[in-house]
Amino acid sequence: MLQGGEQRDCNRYMDLTAIAFYVLATITVLSALAVVTARNPVHSVLFLILSFFTAAGLFVLLGAEFLAMLLVVVYVGAVAVLFLFVVMMLDVDFGSLRTGFARYLPIGGVVAAVLLAEMMLVSSAVAEHGAVSLPRAPMAAGVSNIETIGRVLYTDYVYFFQAAGMVLLTAMIGAIVLTLRHKPGVKRQVIADQTARTTATGMKIMQPRSGEGVSE
Amino acid sequence: MSGSIGLSHYLAVAAILFTIGVFGIFVNRRNIIVILMAIELILLAVNINLVAFSIFLHDVTGQIFAMFVLTVAAAEAAVGLAILVTFFRNRGDISVDDASMMKG
Repeated sequence: MLQGGEQRDCNRYMDLTAIAFYVLATITVLSALAVVTARNPVHSVLFLILSFFTAAGLFVLLGAEFLAMLLVVVYVGAVAVLFLFVVMMLDVDFGSLRTGFARYLPIGGVVAAVLLAEMMLVSSAVAEHGAVSLPRAPMAAGVSNIETIGRVLYTDYVYFFQAAGMVLLTAMIGAIVLTLRHKPGVKRQVIADQTARTTATGMKIMQPRSGEGVSE
Repeated sequence: MSGSIGLSHYLAVAAILFTIGVFGIFVNRRNIIVILMAIELILLAVNINLVAFSIFLHDVTGQIFAMFVLTVAAAEAAVGLAILVTFFRNRGDISVDDASMMKG
C-alpha cells in the first residue's frame, strides 16, 4: 500500500496524464479530420504534420520514446515534407478534384460509422477481456526503451531489419527510376565514353612553331 | 482511479483515426494526394494500436513491428508520390477517375 502523500502524488500524476492524453487525442483526431476535409491540399499536409506530432506525444505518454522520435524524424522530417514538395510542385486545379465530395459524403459517413462502431466494440472487449487483462509479464527493470528495442531488434529480428533496409533501397531506386528523365539539349556525362578513352584517342602531341600557336 | 488512462482509450483513438482514414478515401475519391495522406493516417492508427498493445502487454515486439510499418509506409509514400509525379507529367492532371491509360 502506498503512503498518503505518495498516493496523492500518484493521483495527481494520473490526472496530469489523463489531461495530456485527452488534449493530445483531441488534437490528433481533429487534425486528422481536417486532413481529409481541407479544401487546400497544402493545408491537408500541414494538418497531417500536426497529427503526427500529437501522435508522437501520445507515444511519449505511453512510454515508447524511441518510436515517438522516429515518428517525428521519419514522418515530419521526410514523408510530410515529401508530400509538401509534391503538392506544391504539381500545378493542379485542386478545386475540380473536390467535385465528388458531397456525392460520396453519405456513403462514406455510413461506412465510417459502421466501421467505427465495430472497432470500438472489438477494442473495448479486447481491452477488458483479452490478453491484456491477464497478469503482466515482468519487464527488465532499469533498462531504457531504446535499449530494450535495440536488444531485440539486432538479435531476434535482425533478418527483418535487413529486409526493411532492402525495402527502403528498392523504394529509393524505384522512385528515382520513375521520376528520372532525360531532357533533350542538356549536356550529360557519358561514363562509357569516359572509361573507354585511351591515351591514343584522348591526347595529341603537337609541336607548334614559336609565335603561331595551335589551331583546331 | 477515475482519471486513469488504459488500453481502451488508446484503442479508441486508433479506431477513430482508422475510420477517418477510410472516410477520407471515400470522400476524396478523385484526389489521389489526399488518398495517400489518408493511407498514412490509417497506418498511423495501426502504429498506435501496435505500440499501445506493446506497452500494456510489456512486450517490445509490438514496437519493433511499428518500426517496420513505419519503414513500409515511408517506402510506399515515396513510390506512390513518384508514380503520381510521372502520371502528372504524362497527363497534366492527377484526376484518378479517368486514369485508364494503362487499359489495353
